[in-house]
Amino acid sequence: MKALSQKRRHPLAAIALLLMGLLVTGGLYAVATTMNQAKASTTNFTEHDTEEGGKLFAANCATCHGMGASGTQDGPSLVGVGAASVDFQVGTGRMPMQMNGPQAQEKPVQFNEEQTRQLAAYVASLGPGPSIPEAGLLDEKGNAAEGGELFRVNCAMCHNAAAAGGALTRGKYAPPLAGVSGQHIYEAMATGPQNMPVFNDANISPEGKRDIITYLKQIETNGSPGGADLGALGPVAEGLFVWIAGLGVIIAFTIWLTSRTS
Amino acid sequence: MGNHSDGSPNHSGTVATAGQNEVEKFQDPGLPPHRLRLADTDPRAAKRAERQVAFLFGLSVVGTATFILAYFLIDLGEGSGATIATIRLQNALLGLGTAFAMLGIGTGIVHWAKALMPDHEVSEERHAVRYEEDRQAAVRIVDDIVEETGIKRRPLIRNTLLGAVALAPLPAIAIFGDLGPRPDKALAHTMWAPEDGKLKRLTRDPDGTPIKASDVTIGSAFHVIPEGLNELHEGKLNEKAKAVVLLMRLDPESLNPSPGREDWGYNGIVAYSKICTHVGCPVALYEQQTHHLLCPCHQSTFDLTKECKVIFGPASRPLPQLPIAVDDEGYLVATSDFNEPVGPSYWERDEHERSIKS
Amino acid sequence: MSAASRAEAPAYVAKTKVGRITDFVDERVGGSGILREFGRKVFPDHWSFMFGEVALYSFVILLLSGTFLTFFFDPSMAETHYDGSFTGLQNVEMSVAYSSSLDISFDVRGGLFMRQVHHWAALLFVASIAVHMLRVFFTGAFRKPRELNWVVGGVLLILAMAAGFTGYSLPDDLLSGNGLRIIDGVIKSIPVIGTYISFFLFGGEFPGTVIIGRLYMLHILLVPALILLMIVLHLFMVVVHKHTQYPGPGRNDGNVVGYPLGPVYAAKAGGFFFIVFGVIALMAAFFTINPIWNYGPYDPSPVSAGTQPDWYIGFVDGALRLMPGVIGDFHFEYVIFGYVLTLNVLLPALVPAGILFTVMFMYPWIERWITKDNREHHVLDRPRNAPTRTAIGMAGFTWYCVMWAAAGSDLIATHFNVSLNDVTYWLRALFFIGPVLAFIVTKRVALALQRKDREIALHGRETGRIVRLPHGEFIEVHAPLDDYKRYKLVGFESPAPLPAVPNEHGIVTRKEKRRAALSKLFFEDRVAPATPGELEAAHGHHGEHEAVETAEEQRSLTH
Repeated sequence: MKALSQKRRHPLAAIALLLMGLLVTGGLYAVATTMNQAKASTTNFTEHDTEEGGKLFAANCATCHGMGASGTQDGPSLVGVGAASVDFQVGTGRMPMQMNGPQAQEKPVQFNEEQTRQLAAYVASLGPGPSIPEAGLLDEKGNAAEGGELFRVNCAMCHNAAAAGGALTRGKYAPPLAGVSGQHIYEAMATGPQNMPVFNDANISPEGKRDIITYLKQIETNGSPGGADLGALGPVAEGLFVWIAGLGVIIAFTIWLTSRTS
Repeated sequence: MGNHSDGSPNHSGTVATAGQNEVEKFQDPGLPPHRLRLADTDPRAAKRAERQVAFLFGLSVVGTATFILAYFLIDLGEGSGATIATIRLQNALLGLGTAFAMLGIGTGIVHWAKALMPDHEVSEERHAVRYEEDRQAAVRIVDDIVEETGIKRRPLIRNTLLGAVALAPLPAIAIFGDLGPRPDKALAHTMWAPEDGKLKRLTRDPDGTPIKASDVTIGSAFHVIPEGLNELHEGKLNEKAKAVVLLMRLDPESLNPSPGREDWGYNGIVAYSKICTHVGCPVALYEQQTHHLLCPCHQSTFDLTKECKVIFGPASRPLPQLPIAVDDEGYLVATSDFNEPVGPSYWERDEHERSIKS
Repeated sequence: MSAASRAEAPAYVAKTKVGRITDFVDERVGGSGILREFGRKVFPDHWSFMFGEVALYSFVILLLSGTFLTFFFDPSMAETHYDGSFTGLQNVEMSVAYSSSLDISFDVRGGLFMRQVHHWAALLFVASIAVHMLRVFFTGAFRKPRELNWVVGGVLLILAMAAGFTGYSLPDDLLSGNGLRIIDGVIKSIPVIGTYISFFLFGGEFPGTVIIGRLYMLHILLVPALILLMIVLHLFMVVVHKHTQYPGPGRNDGNVVGYPLGPVYAAKAGGFFFIVFGVIALMAAFFTINPIWNYGPYDPSPVSAGTQPDWYIGFVDGALRLMPGVIGDFHFEYVIFGYVLTLNVLLPALVPAGILFTVMFMYPWIERWITKDNREHHVLDRPRNAPTRTAIGMAGFTWYCVMWAAAGSDLIATHFNVSLNDVTYWLRALFFIGPVLAFIVTKRVALALQRKDREIALHGRETGRIVRLPHGEFIEVHAPLDDYKRYKLVGFESPAPLPAVPNEHGIVTRKEKRRAALSKLFFEDRVAPATPGELEAAHGHHGEHEAVETAEEQRSLTH
């Protein structure tokens, strides 16, 4: 206590206080502005964004997608795929692709948020397409039960009823959805990346997509009431578990039971 | 304690299967000498084992208490604010309580038996499952019984009895006749057939909103039910089980319709039965770039560009296509029912298919 | 005589109240006689003998937890809208059966726990039966006089699968509903009567409104009653035959060595019930099984990736997956005389399971015919000492496992990052090659193990101690076995092939020739147990004995 009161009278105390005040104010301002920007990015892009995006595109994407994103043999045309598509593909690290394979893999994200936004702005400027969803659609406050119903009809056959993922033909797969942000889920539905079909607004309304995201986030945060979910993979995981862990423990007990005590 | 060589396994055998010379065999040394356990010689070890057993039984009491506390203290009722996490906690505690209650008793008893009860192995003689004198006595008894009934002397009685007994179960089989109706042509028809000349619209599963052709953009996949399905009061699932359809749009160039089926689609929009021709799972996995349809149950793969021909897996027949068109208001409609029975094959299927086509 | 005994009987009067009650009952049911017969009956003790008990105890736990569940479950397929406490399905249209299953999970305290206990116990029940049967097969415990009990055990396995399947479908969730749909598809593929069976089972077209109620009745009444009946038969025969025992010193076909029922064996077996219950309770406490709330209500339109049956039906599902529907231009479904023959479903659904169960049921008689062995066997074979039987068992097991793995082909693909199609191609190949490879490898491994036993019996165990002899030779010291351990390694039979024998008319029938050929296959490659003569010779020639002595000498010198 004494030490603190002494330091309070230190000549540098005033300066330290001032610095602290500035830091707090600056930090708050920074947070506030990024929040504003985040909102803005979902609606419209500046000309500067489009310009910067064009440069990034030419440097990183044009090899496969061609100059002006008109497509080459190695990559499809991106005219009209929309900002949502770019935000999903680049934002989840699927693009740029590491190598050609059955499907683009999720990997560490290559561009920061700013750059992703600029790329999206550029591609969006090439032709109309699905845009990045409004924050209101991603608030996870829709009707989970209706979302669940839509999910089972439209998504569960590939992604599994508990969104644990599943196999497609020839090495392709539908990824698990736990840990994927609501925005990326929305964009995937709207744009149909890779072999996923497109679920446009006439098929699943924006409200329905919000419900689906609500449902997915709910099952993700709630977890299983019955304990560990064994990957939510169904009877195969359960069978393996009972054979290996269940019978394993029982066999250990039988060995103890029939062994001689020393 | 052990019986010696005269009882060893090879002695009772026929010579034919015993692969070795009788003389050249090791003699059974008999049961090994009994080794004492620590608890047999050291009273302190015995006392320790006793305390361990009591501790395990005590653990069981703790388990039982845990169960009862978890049952009564955790409230799942309305207004209790119970969440999934509450249920998980209660489930875990109930299980843990039961596990302790049971394992405590089980391991306690077993430890008691292993450490403190006598562990002398005992040898007991086996007895023949059947003795020859018993067999003879039984044969005599059966002979007497048969003789007293006179069934051999009175074949008329025997034969009529056999006949009666053989026929008696027939009513028991016949009485199950009302388990279900006889199969009829119902299997061959779905709700898509136009009703009173009105073509059925394709509507979205599950809410039943009609679909416009313009809604179906390229790469889309719509899960479709017939108009009016949701309004059915009876047999809704039965109809749904046959009528579900997958609606997709791809570049019209990549479709290769066979003669007579050119107008079954609309501008690249095609509708196929979702019910697998293998054993009936919904073939709902549509890969929009490869145009393959995959069944998640047994991996039958159908190629949309070849009229859903089977390209992999256990299915043998293509998925049936639903002929569609667009009505005045721009909505997609089925111009007729499927041209063949949908779903898995059955014995009379070909007959049904011929009757549809004629 | 009875008059006389009645006159003498009142001599005994119990001193305590409990004693008097016991005496009262005993006088009326004759418990003393039963206790005298069975109270000290001897049971051999080995961990591998416990699996039958695991199955029995799982069944008891199934009855207990199942009874609890019936108090809350309603097998009606009437339509309702969910209004229980689980928000994820609020107001969703579903059957009463599914809704009541959700209520058990979310609104009945301990209901979820009981559901999980019931389902885990069911999986363990069938698994322990399977392991028990594998043990019985590989040790030759099915031989005379136990052939019929082997058959009863096989029937129990089938009944257990039936109980499991009928129970799997009851919650009327999406997963089990699609399972039922697959069953319907398989039934429809049966020639001539398939459609009729399907309509009779479902009360009309699939799914109808009666199937859950019918399965419920089978699940809680008919199948468990049959299982109980078979268990009674099974245990009765165990009492008649007494238990088998592993070979070893002091054990032979004329005796049974082990612990008396009272107290040791009864305590162990009784305590084991609580242990099995405890292990199942632990699984139910911490591991979700059949999360029906994820799957949603049954609806013929949706399906979930990873739609599989419970493990014991898996091999049939796997066979269905492996069968190609089309090879080249040949379609396995074709029309014959105007009727449809669906071989792409019929063959995989019936043939592998048919072969497995037929061979399983017949095997005791097949082996008996080949070996012409009509003796009673109460001492088991160590699996290595019956190389061909072990190889046959492993071939069958491998075949089963290939089909089993095929039922999870999609999960193998996603979890090992391989192509689903490649997994299927490989498993199709293994379906044919796997059993053959398993047969060859197992037989060679068994023979090699026998040879190792022989080495050990003759030369003792390797001690790992290397000793240099005075003339410079290095030698590893072998510790000789005592008589008891050696007998365990040499006390077995090694039958030689039985050549074909002419029958009473002096003719060698074709059947007999076939038998002789099989006998040759069984016993041509064999390792005979070591004999005392060989042991003598080994000690004389190889000098290990001396080596040991030298070693002992050296040790005494250094001390």
